[in-house]
Amino acid sequence: MSVETTDATTATATTPSRPPASLGREALRRLVRNPMAVVGMVLIGVFVLVAIFAPLIAPYSPTDNSWLDQVRPGQYPGPSAEHWLGIDPLGRDVFSRIIFGARQSLLIGVVALALGAIAGIALGVLAGAFGGWVDTLVMRFVDIMLSVPGLLFAIAVAAMLGQSLTSVMIAIAVVNVPIFARLLRGEMLGQRGADYVLAARSLGISRSAIVFRHVLPNSFTPVIVQGTLTLALAIVEAAGLAFLGLSSSNPSTPEWGRMLTDAQETLTSAPMLAVYPGLAIVLAALGFTLVGESLREALDPKFRR
Amino acid sequence: MSLLEVRDLEVHFPIRSGTLFQRTVGAVKAVDGVDLDIEAGTTFGLVGESGCGKSTLGRAIMRLTEPTKGSVTLDGQDILALSERKMRAVRRQFQMVFQDPMASLDPRQSVESMLTEPLRAHKFPGGSAAHAKRVRELLDVVGLPESVVNRYPHEFSGGQRQRLGIARALALNPSLIIADEPVSALDVSIQAQVINLLKELQERFSLTYVVIAHDLAVVRHISKTVAVMYLGGIVEQAPAADLYRQPLHPYTRALMSAVPVPDPNVEETRSRILLQGDLPSPANPPAGCRFHTRCPWKQATRCDTERPALRELPLVAPGHKVACHYAEDILSGTLTPHEVRPEEVAMTPAADEPGSIETTEAHVAGGLTPGGPPGAR
Amino acid sequence: MSLLEVRDLSVTFTRSGSEPVHAVDGVSFDVAAGQSVGIVGESGSGKSVTSLAVMGLLPSRGVRVGGTVMLDGNELTDMDQRALRDVRGRDVAMIFQDPMTSLNPVVTIGRQLTEVLIRHAGLAKGAAKAEAEQLLRRVGIPDPVRRLGEYPHQLSGGMRQRVMIAIAIACRPKLLIADEPTTALDVTIQAQILDLLRTLVAESGCGMIMITHDLGVVAGLCDDVHVMYSGRIVESAGTKDLFARPSHPYTDGLLQSIPRIDDEDPDAVLHTIPGSARDTVAWERGCAFQPRCSRAVAECLAGPPAMAELGTPLVPHPVRCLRPVGDDVVLHEGNVAR
Repeated sequence: MSVETTDATTATATTPSRPPASLGREALRRLVRNPMAVVGMVLIGVFVLVAIFAPLIAPYSPTDNSWLDQVRPGQYPGPSAEHWLGIDPLGRDVFSRIIFGARQSLLIGVVALALGAIAGIALGVLAGAFGGWVDTLVMRFVDIMLSVPGLLFAIAVAAMLGQSLTSVMIAIAVVNVPIFARLLRGEMLGQRGADYVLAARSLGISRSAIVFRHVLPNSFTPVIVQGTLTLALAIVEAAGLAFLGLSSSNPSTPEWGRMLTDAQETLTSAPMLAVYPGLAIVLAALGFTLVGESLREALDPKFRR
Repeated sequence: MSLLEVRDLEVHFPIRSGTLFQRTVGAVKAVDGVDLDIEAGTTFGLVGESGCGKSTLGRAIMRLTEPTKGSVTLDGQDILALSERKMRAVRRQFQMVFQDPMASLDPRQSVESMLTEPLRAHKFPGGSAAHAKRVRELLDVVGLPESVVNRYPHEFSGGQRQRLGIARALALNPSLIIADEPVSALDVSIQAQVINLLKELQERFSLTYVVIAHDLAVVRHISKTVAVMYLGGIVEQAPAADLYRQPLHPYTRALMSAVPVPDPNVEETRSRILLQGDLPSPANPPAGCRFHTRCPWKQATRCDTERPALRELPLVAPGHKVACHYAEDILSGTLTPHEVRPEEVAMTPAADEPGSIETTEAHVAGGLTPGGPPGAR
Repeated sequence: MSLLEVRDLSVTFTRSGSEPVHAVDGVSFDVAAGQSVGIVGESGSGKSVTSLAVMGLLPSRGVRVGGTVMLDGNELTDMDQRALRDVRGRDVAMIFQDPMTSLNPVVTIGRQLTEVLIRHAGLAKGAAKAEAEQLLRRVGIPDPVRRLGEYPHQLSGGMRQRVMIAIAIACRPKLLIADEPTTALDVTIQAQILDLLRTLVAESGCGMIMITHDLGVVAGLCDDVHVMYSGRIVESAGTKDLFARPSHPYTDGLLQSIPRIDDEDPDAVLHTIPGSARDTVAWERGCAFQPRCSRAVAECLAGPPAMAELGTPLVPHPVRCLRPVGDDVVLHEGNVAR
């Protein structure tokens, strides 16, 4: 006689709370209980809100230089009631420029991530789904991409496509392609040998259905984690490229990296001008890193009880 | 006619070396020349220890691992000759139940999705209403309530997960089910439930089973015919009752005597044949009889040169097949067991010289049973 | 006096944000020198946690350990970590289920063995090496000189378990704790290892605790058995007594549900215990086995059942059950897990 109990109340009598329905929801529950993740999410939230509502938050336009008359060489007005973070050497409100800079950073980060992840995932799926010579070919190609130093490559792209925001995005995206491709391919190859894939094969499920319905969804966790971490890196890389003067050709565009470059000239007289954009970059990147690392923990089966 | 016929099946996994230009330097002979005939409606038990090739054999029959040689005929159809597409259609006729019910269920798939997937793949008639009905039917058959359809594998206990695995295997009304260690990952008190369920389903749907297991007691309870595998080959095959009453092959004897019996009085009195050493590597199996390196009945001639065929002993044990040159003499007691020195098993290519005389002496000096007369406990 | 006295041992896992879990509750047992004691239970019964608690190997964070553990007259539960480290390996040694993960993969067998000998037995390097060779020989490893220079991955599973046993007995411990030592091994190798353990206990006179889920292993090896269910001992007896007269419905059901290689009628439907270990009741409210028990009555849920003594003062056989098997013939119908 088969009388195994499945009644929820008796089945979970030992555990105080009923297990949530899906793995994803359980991971989310673990995530919000982690203080590190909460700090990260707050940072990201502030960053994204600021980027979206920049025109409403910033007291002035980032390119408005009406306060040039208050600036004397070697003397730049510090924080005041009208200008919370002071005025830069070109007579612009620093606070407004930081606020608008968030837009640029978020835009570059998201677009670069999306481009890089899509291309990388496509290559990874190709290699992981077919294996064999397709895998060898794709992976050799990816290896070649990996062997070129990222920054050098970005400079080359920027040089080739001209100085523009687009080339910065493409450069950062290209650097991230091999990372996603390798990660997904490795995970998929690991999942391919799993018993549930064997079970699906023995049921006569078609190869494409196995790849897209079983292997891919189960291989995606590390890709999501990597995506979050990549956003952090992309923000730092974008700032780095802007710092090297490889960003938008319009010098008055508010950008954290470029603000750092500009602040270099007045580092002795107004060091705080370098600190503000630097701090903004660090906090934005930190937010994504914290969430990424907590996600890794929340999704990793090893951390499950 | 047999439902499943396997002839001279071989699965050799190539051992490759080199990174850029790979060349084959050898082969792991996981399955090496196996013949099987499985009657419809019966249970065929396949026992052996890890590394004997029993799981590979099961997968090769299902063509989940491609055999390197031989033929597999299911219901008159040579399935090794089929194209991948035709093979997929044939798959509905035979299904597999896996050892680890957690690993064999997709963690992201709900019960409903898991059970409808094969129905959709094989265009089970009637559309989604019929599929939903079939899912409920399947759950009922394996003793799970309908209310579990929206649950995920991690919410079930081990026994319940195995029931789901069985329900999925039954979805397409297969005639043959290959169960690879169906209960070994379950708690003792749950094993009996699953064994009983498998037996009940067999009667109800006239299923044919191939049960692969290392647990001889489990196999005995469920099988009509039992085959014992050692290093890629079948060494003995007989009706279950005969095999357990009178094992003929020395390896089978050792295997059975090693199984602990939950009864201290039996444990105290029964004789035990302690095998020496480990299983030789299937990449480099011993010449002649594969078991001769550990066999307490090994003779000076034939054993190490000629591989014994699986043959029936019509005079002494009709229907009982054994792959041993000296099976009759061992049975009649003409041959008696002798001491075996543990053969060194090469885990690395560098370490293949046999154990020295000195070691054997040390055993005896140490007063340990390894090296003591087998069967003398 | 016994070699090991465990009294009222309890282990509670506390986690912030959820109820504490009583993994082990009120466990008491003795192990005499030269005696093998089996602790039997299924996954989640608390048998492994019991052994870890005796060894003092549980983490201090999030775990509350209560009760006393006396080894040879010394109280282990009061000891600080340093004193406990000396006891472990010297007086008590443990053998785990998976020898591959309990051996260090990047250190040779020889170094792992000599390290123990130098640290706990205070041997010099040369003497330790000679002793290590002797130990490998003692556990039945051929060609020990060569094996000493090898790494764990070069050995088979059975050989690795022999090495683990060699390390465990290196300092002639008074007590050996074996936690499912043969579960990962094949039957023929299991027979070799069990034979080795049996011989070692008989020769050295140490005590042994055998943690296992396999009643067959217990039958051939142990003198006394304690059956655990859901964190408590439900039945204790001498091995022969327990198998001849299983009195707790759980023990009885378990014994009946195991397919045996020497069964009279292999075609018979196997007896089953309904439900799974998840279907349980907190011991404070009643018998944890009640939802799966065919003999359960209303009183079973009237509070924690006490141990009833079914044996004699000389041959004790306590059972944690209000209606032990064999006590009567009236079977209660219909209380099967819902």
